[in-house]
Amino acid sequence: MKNQSITNNIDWTCVIIYILLVLLGWINIYSSSLSSMEGTSDKQLIFIILAIPLIFIVLYVDGKFYEKYATIIFGVALLSLLGLFAFGKTIAGQRCWYGIGSFTLQPSEFAKAATALALAKYLSDPQINLKDVNRQIQALAIVFLPVMLILPQPDPGSALIYSIFIIVLYREGLPAWYVWTGFITILLFVLTLVLQPQYVILIALAVIAIVHFKSRLGDRNLVMSGILLVVISGFVLSVNYVFTHVFKQHHRDRFNILLGKSVDMKGIGYNTNQSEIAIGSGGWFGKGFLEGTQTKGGFVPEQHTDYIFTTVGEEWGFLGSLFVIGLFVGLFLRVIYLAERQKTKFSRVYGYAVAGILFIHFFVNIAMVAGVFPTIGVPLPFFSYGGSGLWGFTILLFIFIKMDANKVNEW
Amino acid sequence: MRKVLLPALIIIAASLLVIRIFYLQIIDDSFKLKSENNAIKIKYDYPERGYIYDRNGKLMVANQASYDIMVIPKEVKEDINVLEFCQLLAITQEDYLKRMAKAKVYSPRLPSVFLAQLNKSEFAAFQEKIRKFEGFYFQKRSLRDYEVNYGANVFGFITQVSEKLVAKNPYYNSGDLIGRQGVEESYEDILRGIKGVTYIQKDKYNREIGSYKEGKYDTTAVQGEDIRLTIDSELQKYGEELMINKRGGIVAIEPKTGEILALVTAPSYDPAILVGRQRSKNYTLLYRDSIAKPLYDRGLLAEYPPGSPFKILTGLVGLQEGVINEQTTYMCHHGFSYAPGRFMKCHGFGPHQLHNGIYNSCNTYFANVYLRIIGKYRSSPYAVDVWSNHVKSFGLGQFMGYDLPIGKKGKVPTSKTYKKIYPDWRWSGKTIISNSIGQGEVLMTPIQLANMMATVANEGYYFTPHIIKKIEGQAIDKKFTTKHVTTIDRKYFPPMISGLFDVYNFGTASALRVEGIDICGKTGTAENFAKIDGVRTKLHDHSIFVAFAPKDNPKIAIAILVENGGFGAAIAGPIASLMIEKFLRKKITRTDLETRILNTSLQGQYAKLGGLSEAVKLELKIKDSILQSKIKKVAVVKIDSTQEN
Repeated sequence: MKNQSITNNIDWTCVIIYILLVLLGWINIYSSSLSSMEGTSDKQLIFIILAIPLIFIVLYVDGKFYEKYATIIFGVALLSLLGLFAFGKTIAGQRCWYGIGSFTLQPSEFAKAATALALAKYLSDPQINLKDVNRQIQALAIVFLPVMLILPQPDPGSALIYSIFIIVLYREGLPAWYVWTGFITILLFVLTLVLQPQYVILIALAVIAIVHFKSRLGDRNLVMSGILLVVISGFVLSVNYVFTHVFKQHHRDRFNILLGKSVDMKGIGYNTNQSEIAIGSGGWFGKGFLEGTQTKGGFVPEQHTDYIFTTVGEEWGFLGSLFVIGLFVGLFLRVIYLAERQKTKFSRVYGYAVAGILFIHFFVNIAMVAGVFPTIGVPLPFFSYGGSGLWGFTILLFIFIKMDANKVNEW
Repeated sequence: MRKVLLPALIIIAASLLVIRIFYLQIIDDSFKLKSENNAIKIKYDYPERGYIYDRNGKLMVANQASYDIMVIPKEVKEDINVLEFCQLLAITQEDYLKRMAKAKVYSPRLPSVFLAQLNKSEFAAFQEKIRKFEGFYFQKRSLRDYEVNYGANVFGFITQVSEKLVAKNPYYNSGDLIGRQGVEESYEDILRGIKGVTYIQKDKYNREIGSYKEGKYDTTAVQGEDIRLTIDSELQKYGEELMINKRGGIVAIEPKTGEILALVTAPSYDPAILVGRQRSKNYTLLYRDSIAKPLYDRGLLAEYPPGSPFKILTGLVGLQEGVINEQTTYMCHHGFSYAPGRFMKCHGFGPHQLHNGIYNSCNTYFANVYLRIIGKYRSSPYAVDVWSNHVKSFGLGQFMGYDLPIGKKGKVPTSKTYKKIYPDWRWSGKTIISNSIGQGEVLMTPIQLANMMATVANEGYYFTPHIIKKIEGQAIDKKFTTKHVTTIDRKYFPPMISGLFDVYNFGTASALRVEGIDICGKTGTAENFAKIDGVRTKLHDHSIFVAFAPKDNPKIAIAILVENGGFGAAIAGPIASLMIEKFLRKKITRTDLETRILNTSLQGQYAKLGGLSEAVKLELKIKDSILQSKIKKVAVVKIDSTQEN
């Protein structure tokens, strides 16, 4: 290897967007914690400063290291998740942290990167063909292992993130029906909550009938269509059953808020209501830095963590929000672009996973804050307060930046 | 295709988020308001209203502290001692529950007024125990404190601002107080001052965590200015006393300035009854009395055919138009026949010129003058308009622009009026001859009558009547110092004034002379009708009197209307002469006349019409019934109902 600086060949576009997002995030954490949570922004500043050596370490490590040790890294991550059951610290009913002095570490934030590495490693074998059902099962098993460990913590937000790997696998050849099934499942779920289940079944019947009779005679398969209808009906009815009988009231309310059904605005609806008020009162240009009245009054719960985007909305307005969303979208598309450019399958899959993981965090978080997704604990990457999150996302992104920088040396 | 899915998903998802945020921030603007309600508390600092003084500097209206009991329903504990609470505030438990329910409906989290306008003594007992009742607190307010028990119509009253005005005028918030009627309304802006505003940032526990934007938008309260009225409090008080047990109005004006010296309406009420806990109950009772109408300012609003006082204008217009001179004579034979089969009655007899025409109030004379006026021009419509313009220059047929918030225009007919009444008929002076003696289409309010007398006293000009004398640190409106000159030459006034003077010497008011004061006056009578049990019934005439005094260098012009008082010299005349004596001499020499008038009650007449019961009036301190101690014996004096014309 030539005597090169570790910053050589790295993609500055990604780095600059990263720096901007982290700094903007800190500014908003500063504002939202100023009146009620003193010290929060100082801590975040320490996290940010500590992220710098972390970045250098990640960049310093040889590019091949990650591919070589991906399986081991994945194993360590799984062990750390498993260890939570024995040594974890419980905060607000969730057992997802290791306590080290006054700091806490959330292993699930790092597990995402580890899973991405493991999946990339698995798919990088040229022998692997995702048309093969066994391979499909193995690939999905890699994804489901950490999910199984995270769900009981309980941390449904982190678990939800792993669903994005379906899209990554699809890119690498997973049959399309996985994706379609996913979409249709979500669609049916939402429809069942909005409409009565019998109407959803009627709609499904109509759609299936149309598809059945429109298709060419030879393709018609009455049995398949019938099975499909039965499966859908069963799903719809079970969703309805689960929603009304298995879900607790607070689960139901999280959906009811979104469906516009009346809920107690001082109880369960409070978060979403206050968050919408904070964003909605921002107008075009916002109220200005440190001038957000909702922010100052501390009306939005968890504003420095999951609800950090409300500060952007209130103090920087629509233009500020648009800018932040623009930065994120720019980063995602840039990472995908770089991923597609990779010479090795390993780094391509990994890059794709990075874009996907960041994207699903971004989407779920902002959708929740804007009142169109149920309340669920998903942080906004680089923005939300928290060391584990910041470091986890930093490592996730910079491993890919390192791989991308390394590609010229792979010859 | 597989490469496109994720980027497409990203772009679609991000677009949806942007649309959602655009909707929240730009399209739906309800969040701004919600955020303000949420996080910003606005505290108002209400300045004290300015005091009201009379023309001599006597304090008439001041302020007193009062206390509103406020409640935040959510903070009220379940186990408070309601019984003790109710006893302290002197309310029933039923009332307590009703008021609590009302507060809850308004908002469980926001403060609302539980019980308004407690005075110091009502509040004292509760104040000691208030800490026992969590969720209740008090708000100090400044209320009117009336130093006098008269002048209610002059002052007006203070009430809560209507929701309609809150929507229209951004200064006012729901629950603010505002002046209604009288000078409280017309000088509201000056009296109320400007309230101070403090914006306070709240947190989610509704705690105040500091000022909003370092007080950038905060303002300090500006004290209300004191005002001095042109009212002479002694004269006002005396006028109201004289009008006890009568209905009607008195307007007295200083001719040289247009200043209103007294503005009496009867029945009136003690202004203090519209302050404090009973105010809304009392107001409802006053408001509901559609017969006696204690809230109706008869001095400004009562429009009647003026009757004989209008002859003054007929005579002046005749002189100005040159159709008569002082020597022009008409014979009166207890009236005269102005058209075949049409006879106008008159109590006079013999030859009449302007001079004795006035003091005898001869119908025949003025009817003839009017025929001349209308006959002067070929076209009757044109002539009527000429006459109409002369009359209007005395302030008739218009809102005169005085500084009280209510008024009536009165009416002066023009050619248009008659075109409407007689669309297909060639009418002439004879058709409308009733105008000559003020019984036709002409309508006047007492203040217009008083202003007409002031104009005659000034020999041809007047200042717009007004009630404001001085505003602290501010000049009064220029329009009150602008002369309005009539269309009648100054030289025609002395003969008219001399006739009016002899009304007291030889004429209809000769019994009412005041030794040493030269009064010029004119009696009047207005016919009136009312529907009683669905039948149009002619009631006893309204008694009218107009005057000014002294004859040289006049100090006061006055108009009196007493409803159903009969002949002008019977009640209105004596009241006018007593008022003039009171104003010019500060004391009354003719105590027997004073006693007679104070004892005169027309309640028997009014009983036919209905209205508030005496018991309610007593409770309300309506001026019909107060000051009974001053009245030695209450007896309805027999009114001489001789027709005067």
